Amino acid sequence: MAVPTQRPTDRKVLLMATCLCDAFYDDVACATVEILERLGVEVLFPEDQTCCGQPAFNSGDWKASRQVARHAAKVFAGDLPVIVPSGSCAAMHFHGHKLQFEECPEPAVDSLANRTWELIDFIVNGLGITAWEGAFDAPTRLAFHRSCHTRGTDTGEAVTTLLSSIRHAEVVPFGQQDQCCGFGGTFSVTFPHISGRMGSLKLDHILDQQPDLLVSADMSCLMHLTGLARVQGRPVPHRHVVQVLRDTLTRNP
Amino acid sequence: MTGRQPIDTYARAISEEKQHSVSSGSASSTDKRYSILHQDYADPDALRRLASRIKDHTLHHLDRYLEQAEASLQRNGARVHFADSADDARDTVLSILRERGITRLTKSKSMASEEIHLNPHLIEHGIECLESDLGEFIIQLDDDVPSHIVRPIIHKNRREIANTFRREGIAEDYNDDPATITRRARVFLREKYMQAEAVITGGNFISAESGRLVLVTNEGNSRFGMAPSRVHVALVGIEKIVPTDADLGVFLNLLGRSATGQQLTVYTEFISGPRDDSQPSGPEELHVVLMNNGRTDVLASNCREILRCIRCSACQNVCPVYRQASGHAYRATYGGPVGAVLSPLLAGDRFPELADLPKASSLCGACNEVCPVDIPIPDLLLRLRDKAKREHVPQPGNLPMAPFAALATSPSLWRTAMTMSKAMNHLPLQVAPVRPLQDWLGQRSLPEWHGGDFRKWMKQRSGEDRGTAEAPRNAEVS
Repeated sequence: MAVPTQRPTDRKVLLMATCLCDAFYDDVACATVEILERLGVEVLFPEDQTCCGQPAFNSGDWKASRQVARHAAKVFAGDLPVIVPSGSCAAMHFHGHKLQFEECPEPAVDSLANRTWELIDFIVNGLGITAWEGAFDAPTRLAFHRSCHTRGTDTGEAVTTLLSSIRHAEVVPFGQQDQCCGFGGTFSVTFPHISGRMGSLKLDHILDQQPDLLVSADMSCLMHLTGLARVQGRPVPHRHVVQVLRDTLTRNP
Repeated sequence: MTGRQPIDTYARAISEEKQHSVSSGSASSTDKRYSILHQDYADPDALRRLASRIKDHTLHHLDRYLEQAEASLQRNGARVHFADSADDARDTVLSILRERGITRLTKSKSMASEEIHLNPHLIEHGIECLESDLGEFIIQLDDDVPSHIVRPIIHKNRREIANTFRREGIAEDYNDDPATITRRARVFLREKYMQAEAVITGGNFISAESGRLVLVTNEGNSRFGMAPSRVHVALVGIEKIVPTDADLGVFLNLLGRSATGQQLTVYTEFISGPRDDSQPSGPEELHVVLMNNGRTDVLASNCREILRCIRCSACQNVCPVYRQASGHAYRATYGGPVGAVLSPLLAGDRFPELADLPKASSLCGACNEVCPVDIPIPDLLLRLRDKAKREHVPQPGNLPMAPFAALATSPSLWRTAMTMSKAMNHLPLQVAPVRPLQDWLGQRSLPEWHGGDFRKWMKQRSGEDRGTAEAPRNAEVS
């Protein structure tokens, strides 16, 4: 994973909400804005944003995904940090774009790659917040699913650091934690059997620990896992990390 | 858009029993690998990075190191043959054996020989060729093909093996106790070793500096095979060369740990030429066949990093797709993540036949994380998907992406689609005639569509005083 080394840490940022939050998980995007503002960060939301282009990129249609990347580079032009509440879309910016433009680099796309942060990584390693002054009302067991596209980045450790520091929170380990949930974007529809089996296995390991909440820095994994869980009759409470950060604050202002 | 991916279809069809054998076997190897590397090294990643740099360096100067290896091998008394194609490699091995009147031999485990289907070729030409690795021996008895690089019979259970032994007359009765199976195989193979006139092996490494050929096994079968044989033929891919003996330390430390969770394999042989006068036994002749078989084309491609591979199988073991589908799903000598890259590349002109292999991945990156030579396998899978698209390989099951790109580059259209699609919440999606939607909804529900709600919330906030707009809350349980 090619994570940029010198990323801007300005207290004014561009939010890339992601297409999943645009379509389904508006509250995750709202929590992102609320938490960043609470930390003294001004959040700008460029209206013309769409998607990171990953569906086309992963399908091998790089002509299509480069068009989407160029659009994103234009929408998020400038010097400000670009903050994404998704490890996967962030990795698309700083790793995927480099890969698909390696033979035809474009400065605007490079600039986008070099300014992109996954949200929790930005909070901990960009803003320097290493403990969260939130609290759960009662002891709460959190199962943290480290999404695959945060491998090789600082997001996993950042999430664990913040969640563990919340009062009454316990981050519980579960079996085969490094295994993928089986989503993989288009993979989940082109390999429905394998994807479903991977997800069910993941759920088995998570539910074995009887967590109070399943938490991740990627709503895509949670959408897949909880969609499976519901159909299988074993629904699981779930939140994005940033929702946990906000909710543990508002419950104990 | 209509066809399903062959590997998914295969995975759907295999028995629960076979799937369980594969997934439990590979998961236990993954666990052992992790614990031994972290027990023995403060920073295993540093070692992986070093190994990858040594391999990259060697591949970058492969012409030079091949010449050096050839000279060193010859200095040691070995004869060196270069084989460009699979045909060349098969013919070279066959003529070495024929010229010496050899009719019986044993063969230790070699993926290079699997690549060129050496066994059937020799048998066809009247040479008895017995696999001496226990797993490969069972594969040979069953007329099967290996499904894993290190554990060729990972897809079989001991009951199947016990049945095979009885059927083939290796054992008189059915007994599925692993120790008994092993003992029976040993009794059978010992006699065969003594009758063999030659031995064929692969080669894990060749030091260009010293010409040492390194073989690793856990059963000592290559060593047994060498003792009575007059001739030793080693079939080795040209990418197996390392510059110096010191480099072997890096790779041997990584190979056993990554493959089977062992600090070293039980047997590590350093072969410095044929037997000399001071040695009581061993082959009088050593032939090293350096095989290209498409490797230089891979070297010239944008997927050359795959040539770093030392065939440890850690990527197969950790891969969730491999665990569900098994190695046979990949329809090629190499399965799993390494195979999804290497097999279509080695296929050359037949690339389109295997162009679906690189798609059999959620791109989770676990393979890269465990790779002892840090091969960026997900990147290579993506480059091969791009190659298939650019070369207009027909791709059944692929989703068309041009409409997506059109939508994602037209902000106003995108915003409209986001809001309009709210109608989805009121449609009976379960019966919509859209295959991808059906494939999703067959097993999963979709969350409620909230398209455009966040944008509306942001607008309200910037219009009103900050913080007064009420944030929508998604249900915690969906």
